[in-house]
Amino acid sequence: MSCCDASRRDFLALLVGSSGAFALANLPGAVFAAVPGDRRLVVVLLRGAMDGMAAVAPVGDRLYAEKRGSIALKPPGEAGGALALDNFFALHPSLAPLSPYYRNGELLIVHASGNGYHTRSHFDAQDLMESGLAEKHGQSDGWLNRALSLLQTGNARLGLAVGGSVPLVLRGRVEVASWEPEGFHAADGDFIAALGPLYAKDPLLGPVLKEGIKAQNFSSTVLGDDMGKGGMGFGPNAFKPLAEAAGKLLAAPQGPRIAALDMGGWDTHVNQGAENGRLAQNFAGFADGIDAMAQAMGPAWKETVLVTVTEFGRTVAVNGNNGTDHGTASAMFVMGGRVKGGRVAGDWPGLDRLEEDRDLRVAVDSRTVMKGILRDHLGIEPGALGSRVFPGTAELKPFDGIIRA
Amino acid sequence: MTAPAAMNAVLAVTRFGFAARPGELDRVSSDPRGWALGQLRAAPASLPADLPPASRMVAQMLEQRRDKDQGDRKEANEQIRAVYFAEIEARIRAAAETDAPLLERLTHFWSNHFTVSGFRPFVRGFAAAFEREAIRPHVTGRFADMLLAAERHPAMLLYLDNAQSVGPESMAGVRRGKGINENLGREILELHTLGVDGGYTQQDVEALARILTGWSVARLASRDAGEFEFYPQLHEPGAKRLLGRTYDDRGYAEGVAALRDLASHPATARHVAAKLARHFIADDPPPETVAHIAAVFSATGGDLKAVTAAVINSDAVWAKPFDKFRTPDDLVIAACRASGFTPPAPMLAQSLKELNQLPFYAPSPAGWPDDAASWVSPESVLRRAEWCETFANRLPDPPDPVEIADASLGEALHDDTLQAIRRAPSRRDGLALLFASPEFQRR
Repeated sequence: MSCCDASRRDFLALLVGSSGAFALANLPGAVFAAVPGDRRLVVVLLRGAMDGMAAVAPVGDRLYAEKRGSIALKPPGEAGGALALDNFFALHPSLAPLSPYYRNGELLIVHASGNGYHTRSHFDAQDLMESGLAEKHGQSDGWLNRALSLLQTGNARLGLAVGGSVPLVLRGRVEVASWEPEGFHAADGDFIAALGPLYAKDPLLGPVLKEGIKAQNFSSTVLGDDMGKGGMGFGPNAFKPLAEAAGKLLAAPQGPRIAALDMGGWDTHVNQGAENGRLAQNFAGFADGIDAMAQAMGPAWKETVLVTVTEFGRTVAVNGNNGTDHGTASAMFVMGGRVKGGRVAGDWPGLDRLEEDRDLRVAVDSRTVMKGILRDHLGIEPGALGSRVFPGTAELKPFDGIIRA
Repeated sequence: MTAPAAMNAVLAVTRFGFAARPGELDRVSSDPRGWALGQLRAAPASLPADLPPASRMVAQMLEQRRDKDQGDRKEANEQIRAVYFAEIEARIRAAAETDAPLLERLTHFWSNHFTVSGFRPFVRGFAAAFEREAIRPHVTGRFADMLLAAERHPAMLLYLDNAQSVGPESMAGVRRGKGINENLGREILELHTLGVDGGYTQQDVEALARILTGWSVARLASRDAGEFEFYPQLHEPGAKRLLGRTYDDRGYAEGVAALRDLASHPATARHVAAKLARHFIADDPPPETVAHIAAVFSATGGDLKAVTAAVINSDAVWAKPFDKFRTPDDLVIAACRASGFTPPAPMLAQSLKELNQLPFYAPSPAGWPDDAASWVSPESVLRRAEWCETFANRLPDPPDPVEIADASLGEALHDDTLQAIRRAPSRRDGLALLFASPEFQRR
């Protein structure tokens, strides 16, 4: 049946090809509305609670080394040490690909940021972070979609969701385009790690899962593909292809202007580590991805603001598993050619006075940062920001000075 | 409600259906067995009205073969793909959304029993229509009617080569020197009726093939192009002897009589009972249960409503909850049902292709295997976990994983699975863990 097998392959190739075509068909080839000066905005949602103190370490705080214990970074200058940003803060060594952006003034860090709510539940917090609210109101649309509704003209789709689905932050009345990669992602390391104990007791599935992980690690080591880099052979490297795709799509002159994408793997309760460990690998995947996106955007990067947000931070102290638990304040990366960067913003709250004796206190409400970007980069009027984009927040003033004049 | 009764509700909904939709367990819990039996009289899922009949797609395939025009081929392939996508989405959506999931499960079971597979590319445009036309109407009817509908369907006659089988002594055979093709005759005996150990010989295979000569597909010149047609000029004349019984030359009626006799053969009852028991009870079902189902099959003249009821009423089916490992097809439908989201066709096709169970592409006429040993491997288990994560990541509006876990697994949800879901860093991660959990991987 060799003839028939060949035809079957052709047919399956068509099937798969069309899947990509289907996804791209969601991208209208038609005209997009022009936002001021063809500006771009990218929102990256770091799901799972990113440890802001690990990303941007307050090495100048006299309590830093003591409080962080085994996950404290070595001082700048030492082998494997943190990368000095100024006299007080230093970047995690795995975020090295972002250093040039900081030096060029295209990376602003907003430290001790929080999102205006007090929950340590991932599910609730992510819903609030994306809906832009401090309390649950059964809101089913996201703040970025509401912002889009103030920019949108005509039928063009300005918004773009990159990944398998449209995140809540971009869901709502205004239709957005979407792009998804073909095929399955290699499963996330955290996911397989969580699955392990459930399967361990299963006489049929336990042994085969173990065997499967071993085989996959083996083949990726031999084949030298990126999947070999992560601890379990999965995970952090899944972000780069998404980020790169986002960059290419945003670069197109007639393409979308406002994109949202996700990265997971931040819930580091176990083996978070310092310069090595799971968090270090996640930072490396994140930084590689952001760098790839900026490269893919080419000249459009000059017109861009990229901002990251996570649902909450992590405990200051290390827990019994060389990890950290759910906390309060974290940090934000604000990047791009339009950003007045090369500095760390926010009043450092200090490690001597902690929220509930365990968490970094919030110095900056992330919504003020988003408002500053929406006002100064996209020209949305502050009244609408306080009533429509982030309802009931008229008293939260936009953060000044994020965007280059 | 006692714990075993609560477990029976989950068992009924997952084993006879696919997975509980939110609220379904509560409705089933007062009488799980009664719910399952009631399914046999329930209204079947409705399918989109615009799916093309097999005859139209068969005629198109015949035209394409006649013309051999490369330019047209591309266009025809596009159209076949569009029809295929519409068919699989309709099929999976029906299973994911119906209130009578047992009828969908039975449709999939019998469609697999009478496999027509796009592995032979010329049937790929109408393999799904075959299921709708020959299988679906008969899943609670008589086995003999389904057998006849399946064997005389153009898709089956083309797939197993009977459409071009010519009696050597028939008018056409004498004139053109062509001969018998035994493929369909053999598979009817081996796969569709008696089973490989059903006590038939090579002579029986040849006899059945001769009996079925002339069963073919109306040619393009015909008004009924693409429909079933009996061609007397292809039919082998003379009496044939099949399984010790003589069939006089009666043209088309000869094949109908032979199939009716095969349907009521005791070996067929045993073969069908064993397959049903393997599907619904366990990879290795108790022999006495199989014997009982076979006895009901024989006593009722192959009444599939009574036969399925015998499966539901057997003690064995309730004895070992979650003993059956889900096939990929089953897993995908269960996840759609539990989450309330059925992805569009391209993702369904891609999912099932990568999980190695692309609908209507079984590797052989024997259909897809129905036991854990065939589906569990290190690679496949990892692949399934990856799929669960991908699926969860593509839900447009992910529901609360704890609520969905409770609604779909109820009493069967393990405590450590629940804890893991609660600890998950996002809704999507929680849902991925639920779908990949050992209990959700089974039924």
